[in-house]
Amino acid sequence: MAEAPQTGQNKGLTAIDGAMALIVILLLVQIWLLTTTLETFLAGYKETALPAAIVSGLILAACVGLYFFIDRIDFEHRTR
Amino acid sequence: MSLFRRPSADPLWRDEFSVFSDDERYVTRRQFAKFLVLASLGMFVGNLWILVRSWFTRQPVYPAAAIARADEIPVGGVKLFLYPTPKDQCILVRTGADEYAAYSQKCTHLSCAVFYSAQHGRLECPCHNGAFSVRDGSVLQGPPPRPLPRVVLERRGNELVALGLKIQPEAQHG
Repeated sequence: MAEAPQTGQNKGLTAIDGAMALIVILLLVQIWLLTTTLETFLAGYKETALPAAIVSGLILAACVGLYFFIDRIDFEHRTR
Repeated sequence: MSLFRRPSADPLWRDEFSVFSDDERYVTRRQFAKFLVLASLGMFVGNLWILVRSWFTRQPVYPAAAIARADEIPVGGVKLFLYPTPKDQCILVRTGADEYAAYSQKCTHLSCAVFYSAQHGRLECPCHNGAFSVRDGSVLQGPPPRPLPRVVLERRGNELVALGLKIQPEAQHG
């Protein structure tokens, strides 16, 4: 049985849902990174702090990029 | 004016509260995504805080302190002492005629006090059955993630003097 074609609005929502799922995955990685960095710092190891902060910053940049992607789709849809 | 808001002639309420039910699904998703990004920012700030703390935390200076006389305890015997502050309990074990080992008494799992088991020849934590080698403080079994911090000892005549606390490398399991 053939599926009904997606409307423009549903396509936009699917893209947004995918982007949100990616943000959630990145956020989980970031939470894990923070807890392990804190654990190693409290254990007396300071070498992990800098690479962890850099990776956390990159993840934040990816999340902000995905947010702007969501914002653009939202803007395009609602100004159509 | 929101940092994440697109420059628009429309008032803010029109962006945040849609009058169309179809658009509402977009608005709620965008707002939730904004919340997630703010949470991500919070995680990044946490990592930055750790980085700044690691830059500005100075290496601790430990005082030299006499903790016991060499002949005070028999072979296989132990003595508890406080080092480097009166709040830090440590354990000294005489493992041989002229061999001594001292460690922090706090288990690296959940800080229960470890004791020396002469029967097994190791330091044991009664809370979760963790065990540490009396030779080097490494983890032998159980949940402790790291070896016990070792007290650096020096023998001066008949006295054992503590010179510092050494945090040891990660345990090697396997």
